[in-house]
Amino acid sequence: MVGRARGVGAAVVSFVLLVVLWELAKLLLPDEGVLVGDTRVLPRTDEAAMPHVWTVFGRLFEPEVAGAADPRTVGAAVASGALFTLGLALGGLVLGGVLGMLLALAMQRFGLLERAALPYVVASQTVPLIAIAPLVAGWGGKIAIMGWSWQPWASVMVIASYLAFFPVAVGMLRGLNAPAKADVELFRTLAAGWWTTLVRLRLPASVPFLIPAARLAAAAAVVGAIVAEISTGTRGGIGRLIIEYQQSATGDPSRLYTAILGAAVLGLVAAGAVGLLDVGLRRYRGSVR
Amino acid sequence: MTTVHLDEVQKRFGDVHALDGIDLEVAEGEFVSLIGPSGCGKSTLLRVVADLEQPTSGGVLVGGKSPHQARVDQDYGIAFQQAGLLEWRSVVENVELPLHVHGVDKATRRSRAIELLELVGLADFAQSRPSELSGGMQQRVAIARALAPSPRLLLMDEPFGALDEMTRERMQAELLRIARETAAAVLFVTHSIPEAVVLSDRVVVMSPRPGRITDVVTGERPGVDRDVDDVRESSAFFSAITAVREALRKGHP
Ligand SMILES: Nc1ncnc2c1ncn2[C@@H]1O[C@H](COP(=O)(O)OP(=O)(O)OP(=O)(O)O)[C@@H](O)[C@H]1O
Ligand SMILES: [Mg+2]
Repeated sequence: MVGRARGVGAAVVSFVLLVVLWELAKLLLPDEGVLVGDTRVLPRTDEAAMPHVWTVFGRLFEPEVAGAADPRTVGAAVASGALFTLGLALGGLVLGGVLGMLLALAMQRFGLLERAALPYVVASQTVPLIAIAPLVAGWGGKIAIMGWSWQPWASVMVIASYLAFFPVAVGMLRGLNAPAKADVELFRTLAAGWWTTLVRLRLPASVPFLIPAARLAAAAAVVGAIVAEISTGTRGGIGRLIIEYQQSATGDPSRLYTAILGAAVLGLVAAGAVGLLDVGLRRYRGSVR
Repeated sequence: MTTVHLDEVQKRFGDVHALDGIDLEVAEGEFVSLIGPSGCGKSTLLRVVADLEQPTSGGVLVGGKSPHQARVDQDYGIAFQQAGLLEWRSVVENVELPLHVHGVDKATRRSRAIELLELVGLADFAQSRPSELSGGMQQRVAIARALAPSPRLLLMDEPFGALDEMTRERMQAELLRIARETAAAVLFVTHSIPEAVVLSDRVVVMSPRPGRITDVVTGERPGVDRDVDDVRESSAFFSAITAVREALRKGHP
C-alpha cells in the first residue's frame, strides 16, 4: 500500500510540474514562438495556441455554446463523451484481450500455427488505422444479426479491439513459453497433460508478462477508439468532440484543450482498470525466475 | 522384484553416443549412485528411467512396468539440481503439487504435505514463499515434493550440487534418514566421490564417449545402528573413496 500511495504522490507531483512548465513557457517565451530564420523551433505561446491552465479548467464549467438553449457545460459534454468512448475502449480491450489470449494459447499449443500466424499478427499492426476504419465500418454496415443491425459504435469497438489484441497476443505467448524447461519436465514427470500444465504452470507464469501487455493494450484501445470515432464519424464520443471543438479552435482555443484533457483522463482510467487486474493477480506477480 | 532394470540400454543423440550397453539393476530400497566425468551420460540414464528420454535400443523396466506406465502411475519421484519450486505457491502448496495434479482432495493432500514437511524438518515454513527459504531448505522442499505420491523410487540428479559443503553433509544425513524411513530405492547422480560413498549401497562408475558403466564399487551406506559421521571417519570409507577414484581414473586415463 505504501508503494501505491507513493505512485499516486508521484503522479500528482508530475502533474503539477507539467502545469508549472506550461505556465513558465507562456511566461518566458515570446508570444510568436521562437524562429530560426523562417523555421519555428518553439511553438507560439499566445492565448490562441497555449491558453492558461486556469482558462482551460474554467472553460469546463461554462456552457458549451454561449447563449444556446441547451445549458450543458463543456465539462458535462467532455465527461459524457469520455464515458462513451471509455465504454467502447474497454469493450474493445476485453474483446481484443480475449481474442489475443486465445490466439496465444493456440500458438503455444500448435508450434506450426505460431510460425504460420505470427507474421500475419505482426503485419496486421502495420496496416494504418485510417485504412482499416472505413473497411470495418463498410463490412459492418452489411451485417445484421438476428434483427440487430450493425451500429457505428460497434465498428469503433471492433477497431479498438484490433489494436488491443496485438500486445496481448504477443505478451501472452511469451508468458506461456516463459516456464523453464525443468519446470515443464517436472510436470511431465507428474504425468500432467497439456491442460493441467497450462492451468498450473503456464498461465500463472504468464501473468508478469500479461499485465504490462494489458497496459499497452488499454492505451492502444483508447487511441484506437478515438481515431476510429473520428474516421468513421461516430457521434457521442470524445473523438467527435475533438473534431467539433477543433473546428472552432481559433475563436475558442481552450475548449479544444478540455477535450484533449478528457482524452488523457480517459487513458488514465483505462490504465487504472488494468491496475485492478494487477491487484487481483498479485499472487502471481514476479513469478519469473 | 527389482525397482529399476536396464538391459543393454543404448542412447544416441545424432552422432553423440550418450549411453552404450548399460546393464543395471536397482533392488527395492537400494541406494545406487552414478558417478563419472561430465558428459558420460548420467543425466541421460536417469532421464531414460524417468521416461523423459526414449532409449535408442535396449529394455527398461521400472517396478516391473514400462517407464511410461511408471510415470503415469507416479511410481517414482524426481529432484533436480535446481529445486524448481513454483514461486506463486507457498511451500506447502509446492509439496502438494503432485497430488494436486492428480486430483487428490484438498484435505488429504494438505495433511500428506504437512507430514512430509515434518519429515524434512520444515513444518514451520509451510506457509512461507519459496524465495524466503535458503537453497538447502528449498532443496528439502523439492525432496518432500518428490516423495508426495509415496513413490518406491527416488530419482535425483545432483540435488545437492548447488549447496555449500556443510549444508551438503547435513542434507546427506537427512536423505539417508528419509530413504530409511520411506524404504524407497534411490538412483542418485553426483560428482562428489565422498557423497556417493557415504550414501550408497553401490557406486556405479561411468566413462564417457560412449557412456558406459566401467565399475561398480560397494559403498558405505550406514545402517540404522551407525552414525553418518562415524562412517565419514572410518577407514572403510576412505578405502572405498580410493576404490572409486581409481575406477574413475581407469575409465578416463
Ligand atoms: N537432448 C540432447 N541432445 C543432444 N545431445 C544431448 C542431449 N542430452 C544430452 N546430450 C549429450 O549426451 C551426452 C551425455 O549427456 P548427459 O547430460 O547425460 O551427461 P552427464 O553425465 O549428466 O554430464 P554432467 O555431469 O555434466 O551433468 C553429452 O555429450 C551431451 O552433450
Ligand atoms: Mg548431468
